[in-house]
Amino acid sequence: MALKQLLDRVVPRVLLTAVSLSVIFLASLLIEVAYTGLGMLSPNLIRGYPSSDPSRAGLRPAIWGSVWVVGLAMLVALPLGVATALYLSEYSRRGWLSKLIYFNLTNLAAVPSVVYGLVGLSFLGYFMGAGRSVLTGGLTLSFLILPLIVVVSMEAIRSVPELHRLGAYALGATRSQVVARIVLPEALPGILTGSILAVSRAMGEAAPLLVISGLIFVRDAPSGLLDGFTVLPLQIFSWILRPQEEFRRLSAAGIIVLLVLLLSMNSLAIVLRNMLQERRAE
Amino acid sequence: MVGGPYIIETLGLSVSYDGRYAVRNISMRFPRNSITAIIGPSGCGKSTLLRSLNRMNDLIPGARVEGRVLFKGVDIYGDGVDPVDVRRRIGMVFQKPNPFPMSIYDNVAFGLRINGIKDDLDRRVRRALEQAALWDEVKDRLRENAYKLSGGQQQRLCIARALAVEPEVLLLDEPAASLDPVATAKIEELLTTLKQDYTIIIVTHNMQQAARIADQTAVLMPDETGAGTLVEYGPTRQIFTNPRSRRTEDYIRGRIG
Repeated sequence: MALKQLLDRVVPRVLLTAVSLSVIFLASLLIEVAYTGLGMLSPNLIRGYPSSDPSRAGLRPAIWGSVWVVGLAMLVALPLGVATALYLSEYSRRGWLSKLIYFNLTNLAAVPSVVYGLVGLSFLGYFMGAGRSVLTGGLTLSFLILPLIVVVSMEAIRSVPELHRLGAYALGATRSQVVARIVLPEALPGILTGSILAVSRAMGEAAPLLVISGLIFVRDAPSGLLDGFTVLPLQIFSWILRPQEEFRRLSAAGIIVLLVLLLSMNSLAIVLRNMLQERRAE
Repeated sequence: MVGGPYIIETLGLSVSYDGRYAVRNISMRFPRNSITAIIGPSGCGKSTLLRSLNRMNDLIPGARVEGRVLFKGVDIYGDGVDPVDVRRRIGMVFQKPNPFPMSIYDNVAFGLRINGIKDDLDRRVRRALEQAALWDEVKDRLRENAYKLSGGQQQRLCIARALAVEPEVLLLDEPAASLDPVATAKIEELLTTLKQDYTIIIVTHNMQQAARIADQTAVLMPDETGAGTLVEYGPTRQIFTNPRSRRTEDYIRGRIG
């Protein structure tokens, strides 16, 4: 009896300590980055081109590189992922094939991202001849986030009430009409929310792109799919490697830019999800 | 009139799910412009029987239908019959109100739009809402989300949605099971008006409801394997006052169920 009471008093404190530790760890990281980098934040950091002079160096090619690579990844992965999810959950619900595909997809989501980079470089870059280009980087990232998009889309599709489908069928709707007019519109907010999270994952990804693009000096933003590129995490990484103290501070400033981007995308996802829940509650 | 006074007729109809029979060997005829109630204890296959009348069972994996269902003399399970067409002509309302998450207007227009009807949408929507006795309550808020309606209003909206595509038969699967007595009374009153223009087949576990509105009543009971069989079918008054079988009498008196 006494032991149970003791546990009741001790357990919340242990949990609170664990929570505090992780919060403190995260906070000190953020404070360290802010302390080092805030002074280097300037319009030039966003607008400027890379330079060996830290006071003039900027992120312009990296920001545009991220937009190109992640944009391409999204353009490929979103329709492919939603189509896969629709097929698996609406057209082949009980088939062993769909179970096998789903099982493989969830496993793919757990493969280390650097493996995607290696496969992307050897298959797309060398075998298909796309080189170390935006195309190779974007497609590789699209493979990386595809399982993620399929899984969240299937979740969103599964949350569409079965009675809505039946109601439409009972009015003489065909299967494609049910999918196009009931399932997809109702699942869309959930699909978008998940996709934004997938994009922010792609945005912060460094390892596969490091393999593909390397730490090359990129003079300007890409202007085509076959151009070389760098992305925000890579530019930050390359600045950290420089010996000069200014570049270290510059990389902290770059981290702030990346964090602001990621946080605003995640907030957008939360706003979307809340809108969805409000609509459901009506 | 094709099929005579009976619009739907089942001949030796059995339905099984993954080999397990839910209803067995049901032969019965549904007269036009009247209300037929299907009653019986839970799990006796009432809903299965209802769903097999407009091929909604096709959507359940593992479901198999044997026997024939004639709609105006044509077997709806016959070769060359499109289930989509069957469902448009034999509408269905479910136990739980299931409006789509869209406006009241769009809910009613949904069936029209998917069937390619573009003319006179406003008039058709209004007519369906009037038939479902909902027009006066919603005429000033047609663009509002259907979820803002009360449960009873939502169910009448679902009836309006089904009526909008002008079916000939309306199947209702315990349409008042989730509603309060006032909303239930409204639905019952509505159904007795609707039978002038439609044939209505309603599944209910509420015997008073069947006694109040149905012209004829069918009683389903599970056989020794659990599959529902038709034990009695006739004018409602006769079923309730002078049932022929002992099981029906026990059920109606509340001794089974």
